[in-house]
Amino acid sequence: MSATNTLPATQAVVLTGTGLPWRLPLLLAVLFVVIPSLAGEYWLGVILVPWLVLSLAGLGLNLLTGYAGQISLGSGGLMAVGAFGTFLLMLHVPGLPLPAALLPAGLITAAVGFICGIPSDRIKGFYLMVSSLAAQFFLEWLFLRFPWFYNYGGGATISLPSLTILGIDFGSARGRYYLVLTIVVALTWIAANLLRGHVGRNWTAIRDMDTAAAVVGIPVNRYKRLAFAVSAFYLGIAGALWAFAYLGSASVQSFNITRSFQILFIIIIGGMGSLGGSFIGAAFISLLPLGLDTLSQSLFAGHVDAGLLQNIEKVIFGVLIAVFVIKEPDGIARLAALFRARAAIWPLRL
Amino acid sequence: MRKLLLTTALTAVLAVPLLAPPPAHAAPNEQYVPLPTYRVGPYASSGTLWWAGELDYFRYINEAEGGVDGVKLKVEEFETEWSPDRTVEVYERVKNGKDGSPLAFFFTHGTPATYALIEKAAADHIPLIDPAGGRTESTDGTVFPYSFPLLFNYFSQASVGINFIAQKEGGFDKLKGKKIVTVYHDSAYGRETQAAIALLAQKYGFQNIQIPVADPGSEQSSQWRQVHELKPDWVFLRTWGVSTPVALKTAARFGFPADHIIGDVWAGSEADVIPAGAAAKGYQALAPYPGGATFAIHDRLRKAIIDKGESNLQDTKFFGAVYYNIGLINAALAVEALRVGHAKFGNRPLNGEEGRWAFEHLQIDNARLEKIGFKGLLQTIDVTETDHEGGGAARFQQWDGTKWNLITDWIQADHATLEPLIKAKSEAYAKAHGITPRNPAMQD
Repeated sequence: MSATNTLPATQAVVLTGTGLPWRLPLLLAVLFVVIPSLAGEYWLGVILVPWLVLSLAGLGLNLLTGYAGQISLGSGGLMAVGAFGTFLLMLHVPGLPLPAALLPAGLITAAVGFICGIPSDRIKGFYLMVSSLAAQFFLEWLFLRFPWFYNYGGGATISLPSLTILGIDFGSARGRYYLVLTIVVALTWIAANLLRGHVGRNWTAIRDMDTAAAVVGIPVNRYKRLAFAVSAFYLGIAGALWAFAYLGSASVQSFNITRSFQILFIIIIGGMGSLGGSFIGAAFISLLPLGLDTLSQSLFAGHVDAGLLQNIEKVIFGVLIAVFVIKEPDGIARLAALFRARAAIWPLRL
Repeated sequence: MRKLLLTTALTAVLAVPLLAPPPAHAAPNEQYVPLPTYRVGPYASSGTLWWAGELDYFRYINEAEGGVDGVKLKVEEFETEWSPDRTVEVYERVKNGKDGSPLAFFFTHGTPATYALIEKAAADHIPLIDPAGGRTESTDGTVFPYSFPLLFNYFSQASVGINFIAQKEGGFDKLKGKKIVTVYHDSAYGRETQAAIALLAQKYGFQNIQIPVADPGSEQSSQWRQVHELKPDWVFLRTWGVSTPVALKTAARFGFPADHIIGDVWAGSEADVIPAGAAAKGYQALAPYPGGATFAIHDRLRKAIIDKGESNLQDTKFFGAVYYNIGLINAALAVEALRVGHAKFGNRPLNGEEGRWAFEHLQIDNARLEKIGFKGLLQTIDVTETDHEGGGAARFQQWDGTKWNLITDWIQADHATLEPLIKAKSEAYAKAHGITPRNPAMQD
């Protein structure tokens, strides 16, 4: 898994990269000003918010898998910890605004992630993946089994009364978009800096060859567990945002094993070891099925059996994933990087 | 370069349908009815028949009756794979209506999806319709104006199950000291009845034992060994999907008689008993949606839809299957509600607020049932602002090895006992969400 990655860690930092100085402000201006002024409620609330949240989750897993080289299928369960943690904190601490609840909920998730990371001291690769799978199923069972987690409500579902922060209602699509965007940008910035510092470099060293890393004096087990904790922190916050900034309510069903696979696909398709890749992968995973659906509905609805059409869509989606992974195993982020390199020296050829 | 082309082509494929404005052929008098469906995924086998029933009935209304009071129904399907997350996405996509028609109601087709949408729909003023499912306490329409667990909520399902057992035993006084085991799918759906059964156990003095089956429930030896040791008088089977036939087969292996197992609404279709083979013979199930193609509406559909080859069913041998009839009944409830709305607001597409008014004044009496051909298939309905269920009865059907036979008339749930429980839950919800319950007397 680790050998396939050829991207140096520094190249991946798109947001604060070595590019022209106007690039970052421009990107932020587009995200904060241009998009909200152009996009309608549907686009903001149903396409951009889930995209950002999935990107954050992908980013969290990317820290663990893409940078530190540890595979995990427990992402869904950790997102559930974040969501349920936020819910319980806001329930038991009256008057706590959502952003203030996210931080402790993220820390709780980090603690759970740290525990899930302990087996990585001894096992690697597929065996580690199986232990993370156990964590996933355990967490799913836990949140269903004990009604305390969903406050004894019917339907084992958690929901927050309203999204009001300091008296401002963030319940509208625009409000939720700004809330999620701010958190995602801040956390991406933190991740980018973390990766450029000694922590990120130690992770990369462990990913590329853990024996060598140990030889040069990196405390391998400590950094692996740190990677699990930091990754879980990101996933926890993503889970809380998925539940309360996108869906409005959630149950364990939203964070099942399918979600874990989805997040793994995001980083495989987007690009392992690339922050920008998480965003691209999330766009691919969340937008492509929607696009396919809209396209096939407008072209074939009424002429082809609906069940057949749905299955064909799944086939096309699967084929596209396969094509991408075969054509560019390092993900779309790598494609984009190659394209940038080509464009820089155009009309010469690389 | 090829890679670049591929990326560009893909981006284009993605962007074009998302950016393209909806086609501008606005039909003036069409009611938009979006349906979140699941034809893919683990529940597709039940879903496919369900949608066929709904689509066939809507088609019948459009073609044989020229629409609902002249307003045609424009139905559109969206795949969700029974995922609440995707149902939320569909809801957001359709909530503003289409081609000039607003949304009068939204079928959620799943309890988890109803839970996920309840606050959004209340804010958007769009009624959520989830017959024989939904959030039980939303029966209290004063707190949940836009949520309708129509027909038969989960507490009523528990109550009717117990009432049937009492009937079999020869009276409620005979329930005292009896052992009733509930084998349930360990999920939100499976647990939803627990509070109601606990209350009824207290009232009638029977022993209430709950045994969970973890999802998906394809191995249940330990549960049925437990049942075998307990030697209960009755087993209430509240499973879903594959766990139902497995339960029936395992029960037979442990020698528990099938005719002392009472199945729940969602454990009582052909798909639940046929795989169990002989083990299911004698099994009885709650039937707010009775099976069979012998009702008047089936004759009309046969003539207008099935025989013309226009049915959505791929194989017409499923015509009259339990899930198909679920579709028919749900569609009929929607159509009848639209009629109520048209009578007040005029024969035009209704919006969400008008849709709510319509559902809150939905009344279907015996004469009306006779007229629309649902006599025996659907119970009488009387929805009010304080009662968003409007029904609360079910018949019972028994599997004879080849088909379901109806064995009782409509049995009513014990609403008087359950109402305080529902009220307490809805009041807790109102408090947590800062909702001031509506005063029905002040409304129109």
